Amino acid sequence: MCLPSGFRRSPIAWATAFMLASLVALAVAGPMVWGAAADRPDPSVVLRGPSAAHPFGTDGLGRDLLARVLTATRPSLLLALAAVLLGAGSGIIVGSCTAVLGRRGRRLTAGMINLLLAFPALLVAMFLAVVFGAGTAGAVLALAAAGVPGFARLAQTLAAGVAGTDHLAAARVLGLRRHRLLWRHVLPNIAEPLLLSATTAAGTTLVALSGLSFLGLGVQPPGYDWGLLLSQGLDRIYAEPLPALAPGLAVLYAALAFQLLGEALAGSVARRGPAPRAPAPTPPPSGPAEDGLVLQVEDLTVELPTPGGTIQPVRGVSLSLRPGEAVGLVGESGSGKTLTALALADLLPHGARVSRRTLRLLGADLAALTPKERDRHLATGLSMIFQNPASALNPSLRIGTQLTEAVRAHRGTSRAQATAEAADALRRVALSPALLRSRPYQLSGGQRQRVMIAAGLMTRPGLIIADEPTTALDVTVQRQITRLLTDIRRDTSAALLFISHDIALVGEFCERVLVMYAGTIVEAVPADRLADGARHPYTRALVASVPDLAADRGRPLPTIGGGPPDPLVPAPGCPFEPRCPRRQDHCAEQAPPWQDFDATHRVACWHPEPVTAVLKTVARS
Amino acid sequence: MTHLQVTGLTVRHPGSRASLAAVDGVSLEIPSGTTLGLVGESGSGKSSLAGAIVGLVPAQGGRVLIDGREARTRTVRDRRRLGRLVQVVLQDPDTALDPRMTARQTLVEAATVFRRLDRAARAARVTELLGLVGLDPRLADRLPRQLSGGQRQRVSLARALAVDPGLLIADEITSALDVSVQASVLNTIRELQRRLGLSVLFIGHNLPAVCHVSDTVAVMRHGRIVESAPTETILRTPQHPYTRALLASVPSLGTSPSEERTS
Repeated sequence: MCLPSGFRRSPIAWATAFMLASLVALAVAGPMVWGAAADRPDPSVVLRGPSAAHPFGTDGLGRDLLARVLTATRPSLLLALAAVLLGAGSGIIVGSCTAVLGRRGRRLTAGMINLLLAFPALLVAMFLAVVFGAGTAGAVLALAAAGVPGFARLAQTLAAGVAGTDHLAAARVLGLRRHRLLWRHVLPNIAEPLLLSATTAAGTTLVALSGLSFLGLGVQPPGYDWGLLLSQGLDRIYAEPLPALAPGLAVLYAALAFQLLGEALAGSVARRGPAPRAPAPTPPPSGPAEDGLVLQVEDLTVELPTPGGTIQPVRGVSLSLRPGEAVGLVGESGSGKTLTALALADLLPHGARVSRRTLRLLGADLAALTPKERDRHLATGLSMIFQNPASALNPSLRIGTQLTEAVRAHRGTSRAQATAEAADALRRVALSPALLRSRPYQLSGGQRQRVMIAAGLMTRPGLIIADEPTTALDVTVQRQITRLLTDIRRDTSAALLFISHDIALVGEFCERVLVMYAGTIVEAVPADRLADGARHPYTRALVASVPDLAADRGRPLPTIGGGPPDPLVPAPGCPFEPRCPRRQDHCAEQAPPWQDFDATHRVACWHPEPVTAVLKTVARS
Repeated sequence: MTHLQVTGLTVRHPGSRASLAAVDGVSLEIPSGTTLGLVGESGSGKSSLAGAIVGLVPAQGGRVLIDGREARTRTVRDRRRLGRLVQVVLQDPDTALDPRMTARQTLVEAATVFRRLDRAARAARVTELLGLVGLDPRLADRLPRQLSGGQRQRVSLARALAVDPGLLIADEITSALDVSVQASVLNTIRELQRRLGLSVLFIGHNLPAVCHVSDTVAVMRHGRIVESAPTETILRTPQHPYTRALLASVPSLGTSPSEERTS
């Protein structure tokens, strides 16, 4: 198994590896080296304390206790592992079966697991050990049986996650048989966490098995394991502590090794992913301010560490918004539009680094503010509306609490005043103020998104950034939300940055549209020219690929061949070059400069589409 | 090549109120070799209907006839017989493929459900299937996480086609895709339908996308089909107010913002 680097570096991992190696070495070599000494009785040294010849003393037959403790490593470990394998194996089979059984079988199995879980595992083990009869096999079987319900429940929970996936549904429709579904599709996908907990369980099982032997229910003389040695040494613990302590410490050592292994493995699974990097240096002060801009961004670049290396998902983005303006930011997934928004709001994921020449919000240079002032300025000057209203609201808090949080924290508004404002905000988004007392689950998706907008309005922001606010909603609700945003913009003169992959939607209700491709803005175009006046070949292709109700259904939709460039290997030239129908040799070598057609229309392309192609589209519609 | 007839199909989800049915007595028909588009909002029962036809969701009433024979899904044998005729492609490209199986393993598994294939035949079949959905055969040995959303959706399409079904149910297969990728998947569906003579039930909430591939469109709301007509008729003369509302909500690049605000 190839361990991740974090695992190799950690000192605990080294200690664990050492402990496990020593246990394995003892289990393999112990009986061969010390086996003879452990079984050789010596009537002359019965029940002696520690001495040079017998460091741990001797037992009732004069056998060397050190040799016996070392030799007992193999049976103790093997029995514990056998019990875990049996218990975990059957538990996992029973639990994961629930993912492929029919409804009745599933309910029955789940009920059985619930019933068995109600009994404490150790009591069950002791009861079964008595029923099966004192002895090695009985103890192992008893412990295995006691471990089944726990593993079954864990496997059931994990398998339920796989059972809900589309690929299992598809496999079922294909007519695959149940055992194949189980072995091929369910078990491999839940194996990792189960292995981890089986490792940890090995430690507890070892302790439990020693406990049973200690009570006389496990290994029977003349066989012995640590538990039995402990029990034999306990009679004289006040006179000679070492004969009892040594096997006890051995149990502790082995149990600890398994626990640590489980922890280390779980930790390495959780840590998998890019290592965090040093915090970004403070950005230099912004460039000169331009009057009357809500947002002024120049040369924004975001760097993101990934397992394959550092990528630049946003490269040199500049944009500016005036009060009351609606600007759309369109692009396909992975084009960097959401990261741009997150960078503006200082919400980038951990490890991301952002650099920019200018970032001014409502005239204030964000680089010149202290972190505290910046947070406050962002919290009151800017609102974000996210894509998924289901997860954007805290499910356990009332709507009223969530609406009033921001103003109470940042403006120090009193509770009564904040509630009154929240009621107003709800009315503004056409919801009843009575909803203040409800919780998110009581609202529909459209209502939740309205609540999110109302929450955004509470701080009377100068800028609203809406990141795919309608993608999770139905078309008729989408229309209501865009209308609502248009009204708010008109009434409060807040600027709106509307991010979406739906170019038709953006073109319909924004005034200007920025088209983003592979981390850069390739065209800024007035929305009314989008349908037929776009000049960048990518914008043209994007517009053409939208299915139109009026389009000829007999002809295939125009598509863009190829895929977006690999962010790990950025090319020097135009990012769209490999897919571009108008590319020429130098496009791949040099990034295209901005070309301004007029104050509102600019494009980054060496060979923009001619304007004449427009006529065709006009004639068709 | 398969004819589907659904009569009075009813699906109730356990736990919900008895009066609320996810699918409420739906009847529809897909003549062989044609495409029926099913549009409606989330929660209107489209996916439950699809699930009930292939037996993923238990139906409480109604009949599903495939080529005139009752579709049964109680035993594995029944399910396998149904699986030969009807296959389904589901919505979410993230979970549509087993994350631990390469595209080749996924396709081989599907292709060998009903037929034994030797090594050479398997490789040939995988190449053929990938070609059918417009994917480069060199992608065969990639894991799902190494494929883009559109590519994953094509692999699940190829998996469904691996058993040579007569009827394909496509449940919101383009909803999670970018517009440009959606266009090529829509083209693929049309192309497949023409080449293989497939009957298709194409489910979606994006009206233009559904209309683009469908011969007939059915509009579903609250578990019932409120209107069903040939695509041209629905577009030109929608009868039901809900259909009209849906049509009016479709964003289009033709209208300017000012027009939209007054409407």
